[in-house]
Amino acid sequence: MQNQSYLLTVLTFFPLLGTFALLLLRGDDHVWIRRLTLITSVIEFILSLLLLRGFDIGNGGYQLEEVHHWIPNLHIHYHMGIDGISLFLVLLTTFLTPLAVLCSWNSIQDHVKEFFAMLLVLEMGMVGVFCALDLFLFFLFWEVMLIPMYFLIGIWGHGRKIYAALKFILYTMFGSILMLVAILWLYRVSGTFDLPAIQGMLSSGLSLPWGTQLLMFLAFMLAFAIKVPLFPLHTWLPDAHTEAPTAGSVILAGVLLKMGTYGMLRFCLPLFPEAAHRAAPIVAVLAIIGIVYGALVAMVQVDLKRLVAYTSVSHLGFVVLGIFVFNPTAMEGAIYQMLNHGVSTGALFLVCGMLYDRRHTYEIKEYGGLAKPMPILCAFFLFACLSSLALPMLNGFIGEFMILIGVFDSQHFAWASWAATGAILSAVYLLWAYQRIALERITVAKNETLPDASARERFILIAASVVILFMGIFSPMFTHRMDATTNALLEQMRTTASYQAQSWQTQVASRTSSTKPTTHEVAMRSVSLERQARP
Amino acid sequence: MFILEHLWIIMALPLAGSMLTLLAGRHWPKNYVNLSSVGFPVLAFLSYCELVREFFALSANQIPWIQNYFTWMTAGPFRVDFALQVDQLTIVMLGVVTFVGMLIHIYSIGYMAHEDGYYRFFAEMNLFMFFMLTLVMAANLVVMFVGWEGVGLCSYLLISFYFTKKSAADAGKKAFITTRIGDFGFTIGILMAFWLFHAVDYKSMFDTVANMPAEGMHQWGALTSICLLLLAGAVGKSAQLPLYVWLPDAMEGPTPVSALIHAATMVTAGVYMVARMNPLFSRAPAAMLTVAIIGAVTALYAATIGLAQSDIKKVLAYSTISQLGYMFLACGVGAYAAGIFHLMTHAFFKGLLFLCAGSVIHAMGGEQDMFKMGGLRTKIPWTYSTMLVATLAISGAPLFAGFFSKDEILFDTYAGPNANAVLYGLGIFAALLTACYMFRLIFLTFHGKPRFDEHHVHVHESPKVMLAPLVVLAILSIVGGWFVLPTYWGGKDSFQGFLDPVFSASNQLALQMHPNWTEPPHLLELQMTGIAVVVALIGFLLALYLYIIKPAAAKKVADGTRPIYELLWHKYYVDELYGAVIIGPLIWLSRNVLWKVIDVGLIDGTVNGLAFFSRRVGSGVRHIQGGNTRSYATWVVVGAVAVTVFFVWMVR
Repeated sequence: MQNQSYLLTVLTFFPLLGTFALLLLRGDDHVWIRRLTLITSVIEFILSLLLLRGFDIGNGGYQLEEVHHWIPNLHIHYHMGIDGISLFLVLLTTFLTPLAVLCSWNSIQDHVKEFFAMLLVLEMGMVGVFCALDLFLFFLFWEVMLIPMYFLIGIWGHGRKIYAALKFILYTMFGSILMLVAILWLYRVSGTFDLPAIQGMLSSGLSLPWGTQLLMFLAFMLAFAIKVPLFPLHTWLPDAHTEAPTAGSVILAGVLLKMGTYGMLRFCLPLFPEAAHRAAPIVAVLAIIGIVYGALVAMVQVDLKRLVAYTSVSHLGFVVLGIFVFNPTAMEGAIYQMLNHGVSTGALFLVCGMLYDRRHTYEIKEYGGLAKPMPILCAFFLFACLSSLALPMLNGFIGEFMILIGVFDSQHFAWASWAATGAILSAVYLLWAYQRIALERITVAKNETLPDASARERFILIAASVVILFMGIFSPMFTHRMDATTNALLEQMRTTASYQAQSWQTQVASRTSSTKPTTHEVAMRSVSLERQARP
Repeated sequence: MFILEHLWIIMALPLAGSMLTLLAGRHWPKNYVNLSSVGFPVLAFLSYCELVREFFALSANQIPWIQNYFTWMTAGPFRVDFALQVDQLTIVMLGVVTFVGMLIHIYSIGYMAHEDGYYRFFAEMNLFMFFMLTLVMAANLVVMFVGWEGVGLCSYLLISFYFTKKSAADAGKKAFITTRIGDFGFTIGILMAFWLFHAVDYKSMFDTVANMPAEGMHQWGALTSICLLLLAGAVGKSAQLPLYVWLPDAMEGPTPVSALIHAATMVTAGVYMVARMNPLFSRAPAAMLTVAIIGAVTALYAATIGLAQSDIKKVLAYSTISQLGYMFLACGVGAYAAGIFHLMTHAFFKGLLFLCAGSVIHAMGGEQDMFKMGGLRTKIPWTYSTMLVATLAISGAPLFAGFFSKDEILFDTYAGPNANAVLYGLGIFAALLTACYMFRLIFLTFHGKPRFDEHHVHVHESPKVMLAPLVVLAILSIVGGWFVLPTYWGGKDSFQGFLDPVFSASNQLALQMHPNWTEPPHLLELQMTGIAVVVALIGFLLALYLYIIKPAAAKKVADGTRPIYELLWHKYYVDELYGAVIIGPLIWLSRNVLWKVIDVGLIDGTVNGLAFFSRRVGSGVRHIQGGNTRSYATWVVVGAVAVTVFFVWMVR
């Protein structure tokens, strides 16, 4: 274990090393810039596989932890660690980055060095976000990651790229600022930025008044809901996706959106269980609206990339729903669905990018009949569609199904039923899009001679497809590593909720006039919470 | 015991064939493709034969034989194993799938010989076999759902095989989406089953319900809900009302696909599922009645449409819908064995009908309109005679396979424990129409004078590789029903006897629920048979009169009943109705309200409005930033003080 204790640090800052190495290269040496980036990201991926070896399956707490004093005066630590939730998100990040590098191989021709440097800095930020256990450190990585993304969209994007980049950054910043306030407030009441420490205090020793808890929850939640994005905070997403370069879209959809749902699991639920429980009906309904609404709007898009972007709204709705029923099956389904969405939607964006490289348009009506000139690319396209529309034995099904089982098993029959309509609608929009792009007669003469997938493109698509199939068949390899963490998280919610409820009861009792929530209400609520998360 | 212990081999064989053909077939000569893609289904059939041999060596308490391979999903209390099972029902279904599947693969060698994408066709057909076998052998609802969706995928791929045709691409998509609507119900049904039983495997579920007291059944509204939800899935897959609309369009696919997927195997999956779930359905009388009503109404409804179609394959498609209706009717009145019996005989004669139709189309160089055929009897005698056998079988001519199975269904509908005279009436009337539209097809296609230009169309009999499967299926269309023969001299129905272990508990339950019911006399059975034969004869004579004796009369009847004829010709305008009531409004709403008004206008507009507003504010505040160094310095000081105060307050 001793030699692994720096693994997370190495993993986080290795891409930065690659960035420095890149800066030493000549700006016009495109070949070596690409190669170096690819080598860095592949080594990073291999390093991240070591996490699987070091990870203890039965342990629900944080693992591979590293704690060092950083700014002692403010009690800020350099605290890294992962658990069953973040483990696979790190792997997802390191898996998607090489694909993003490969798909930018030829399509990025300007400022190549800067582009790949940005990509590696972005990777550092993403891995950091998933590993940070100190709120300050988390916030730092959270912000660090925004900057390269902003430039990726703003410089290498297409169309209204400045507008899209600005919209992206303003939306996210708006949320971040509220989150920063909440983080400082938490620091003020707890005296530390250390997440495990705060968790411990909240389940015994530190009582948070109901109003405070609610406000903090809302601040965190808003930041994450924008990131997810939860309806109706989603309108930055289609613009950002459509205008971003392919690599940007892949990373954005594949990893950045997950930070929202990850944040909910990491902060909103364990720290503010009572508020989360109260907000659950609203959040779940918004998530379900997102599922149906995102699907319906995706269906009528005329721009392929925008269509895929709206599917994210729909699919992430499933994830949020799975998180907010506080059921172990649904929660694991939600985590699984986060990974699935990363791979499947990533694959869809990769295909979009390959089409764009050939025709420089995303207009669906510019295509049609592509299965004739490029059968291989279209076959992979269909495969990605099938994964996204949750065909059994492919990854998407497992996640969606577990979420639905969990939601239904928590007695939320109507929610499960509404969410399940998403499965019908996803078939509608994906197969319709596939038909308009790959099937029927070729309508635009240029399309007749388009080259099929090159060796590089095939490699990208095969890599994604193998993961899609693997995750569709061997899901226990993933869920076994999540079991302990989800149980621990739900347990944490229970203890925190009951401790806080007790403290409110005493507060309420000491006051003459009782304010919301009433003693009875709190007691009932904590009982129902208890029942909800039955083992 | 080799195959029993390695059940997966049966389904892995077609999968191997599929993968091999898919990956290497592009560069192979046709012989290799044939060898791999027909060879593997043949091997699958052979291993099925071995399975049967081993199965009969099992003792009764070893059945159902369940094999667990690996844990597929596990999270919290939820767990699904990839498990397969074999019992009597599985054996029957496996036989139908592997045997008919094998024959159709052989036939396809001839039929598809001149098509582009030869290897793609066979890869997808093999893949279909894999998923169909998964569906049939599954030991729990979720694995069944794997096969269920998988066959849907293959159906989608094969219907849109000629994907450059818009109609084919549309039809494939329609098939997938319509069945998905049914699968929505199936999914919720599985969720509910897990919620109720905390298990999704058949054995645990059935053991749980078996311990339920019969009298407490009305409390089990949940059970009825589960059954109705599962039924929704079955209705979509088996093309029953109101989700049948995809099947006629599915005829866009190559004819072997129609024969295998849309007649013999996949579309019967719904019937299989209801029969498989019989312990649940038997305890949900309301669901049973729904099954029976849907079945009977569909049987009649589709038969009427079949009367007025001109495309030879469309007639057969509506005929399939109608016959599937009979199977649902059978399950709905608790005659599960009769339903499965009809499923099997139907696989033989309807598979045969489609293959014959394919042979006709092949002979006519692609023509499918019966009104442009005629007089083919002498030119393609093999096709004619085998198709005639199949027609006799489906019409219920005595001693042909369909006669026995349909007879059994109608008899149970009339005199079984769940007897229902109205449904029987619908069923017998549909039988009349069946004989009528089938002989109409025969007469229009094979009799009379040729109605095509004989100089341009060179009618030719199909090659032997296509005729051999026809002959085999024709023989089965005759002898396939002879299991029942002994009952006529007081013996036992060996088919029903074989399936008894699967259905006996449900049959006994039905008797408990209808204590007043008594075994009908043997004479009644013979009378009913007589009625069925007479009815079929009337249908035949009607067709004979209209299309042979007085060909002008058909036109006169059509003219005389113009509104009805138009209605039937346009299939009751159901497609148009769905388009106008559901699809159109949904797309309009999504495009013009959700996207353009709510998304772009309302939500994004609000956000952009806020941004605009804050810019106005910003431009007001801009005056602070006047470029004056001294004022900047002031602001820096103010800011520094503020930060200091804040930190002091915080660290305090």
